[in-house]
Amino acid sequence: MKHLLSINDLSREDAILILDTAAELARISDGPMKKLPTLRGRTIVNLFAEDSTRTRISFEAAAKRLSADVINFAARGSSLSKGESLKDTALTLQAMGADAVVIRHPASGAPARLANNQWMTGAVVNAGDGTHEHPSQALLDAFTIRKHLAKGAADLSGLRVAIVGDILHSRVARSNVLLLTKLGAHVTLVAPPTLLPFGVDSWPVTISYDLDSVISSVDTVMMLRIQQERMHEIFFPSAREYTRYYGLNRDRVNSLKPKAIIMHPGPMNRGLEITAEAADSARSVIVEQVSNGVSVRMAILYLLLGGAPIESGN
Amino acid sequence: MKTVLPAPDISRAIVRIAHEILERFNGADSLTLLGIPTRGAHLATRIAKAIDAIEGGQVAVGTLDVTMHRDDLRTRSPKALLPTVIPSAGVEGRNIVLVDDVLFSGRTIRAALDALGEIGRPMTVSLAVLVDRGHRELPIKADFVGKNIPTSRSEIIKVNLAEVDGIDEVTISEGVAK
Repeated sequence: MKHLLSINDLSREDAILILDTAAELARISDGPMKKLPTLRGRTIVNLFAEDSTRTRISFEAAAKRLSADVINFAARGSSLSKGESLKDTALTLQAMGADAVVIRHPASGAPARLANNQWMTGAVVNAGDGTHEHPSQALLDAFTIRKHLAKGAADLSGLRVAIVGDILHSRVARSNVLLLTKLGAHVTLVAPPTLLPFGVDSWPVTISYDLDSVISSVDTVMMLRIQQERMHEIFFPSAREYTRYYGLNRDRVNSLKPKAIIMHPGPMNRGLEITAEAADSARSVIVEQVSNGVSVRMAILYLLLGGAPIESGN
Repeated sequence: MKTVLPAPDISRAIVRIAHEILERFNGADSLTLLGIPTRGAHLATRIAKAIDAIEGGQVAVGTLDVTMHRDDLRTRSPKALLPTVIPSAGVEGRNIVLVDDVLFSGRTIRAALDALGEIGRPMTVSLAVLVDRGHRELPIKADFVGKNIPTSRSEIIKVNLAEVDGIDEVTISEGVAK
């Protein structure tokens, strides 16, 4: 594994190795060892051409706990906002000796472009590109589900997961569908028809327009954010109507299975896709997703950068 | 391939090491055994059982994975991590005995000392190994040794333990000369 661009790059075994490594890292960094020397002297650049709080902070924390040097590179306040091309940015990063670039970009495919040209030799980690993929988020979601519900199994066989809301604009949903089904879970997408992407019927999932008929049979309900910044048309009549049909409220929480968990990749629109009561309920693992994110990203960085360089530099 | 340490010799070596450790530290109260996974961890458990049988208490025993602290990480593909379990007494002020199967270059033990330093400040750290095969690359020595087996660098020492390998024995075989 040289880059992490898409869940499609991972075999089931790769994914389980990442989750197992994250589990062990979570255990040692909760307990005896806060900081590990593994990536000392390596430089990781966080290149965020799109706003993000938790993903950027999470990658930064993960890199620092592994003793890597971190350079943060945000769109605002850098030459990106002056119109510098991705190529010139990549050449700059290469000249600075970046061993890895964690990239978030509004254009789908930007990380792959960075990885597949000879602009730079470092590893590329996709931290969310357009409406394409967000693999580290899917890995931390799978980690969280496995920890709560898999009863010690390595994968998610037999578990049922509902992903609810704005599937159309969601890279989190795309990566999760790929990863969760790879790990044996059964995924149901729940959304109004206008918020399902073209070609969704070829995905390995069940599709429903009715949250109430799905909610009582799933082990995990994953609420997605309504991405107003990407919505340039009208996808549903009103926010109130969306909330009524697709929002997670008290009644729907009460009809969940006894051990089912509530997830949300954040940031939440409280009152729109999820009520504050549901978000803060005992079944919600939303805050835990954030801390699991650090362990999972440590595992990703360790597995990409910890070993021998795959292509030797000479 | 030749067996250099059959099962009865391994059992005797473990009991002797248990006695030596108790003698050195005047009992088991301040003692914590930390085995280096995989086989060092099983050896630590066995030494702990032997100590418990002699002293009638329960000596603290745990595991310490050194993968993240190795200096040769960049020369091989990244390895899966193995469990680190520090007993509830911690390491602060304790007499720590690291336990491993084979002492060779000493680099694993250097990594273990670094890992231990991240956790806390033990009173003392000593080292117990089942086999010392020589060829040290660092100024590290074992305090408790099951058997010294002089080897050439190219020979391969393999410690088999019933818990992982189904049989107790130490073998030596001719490796490929480098």
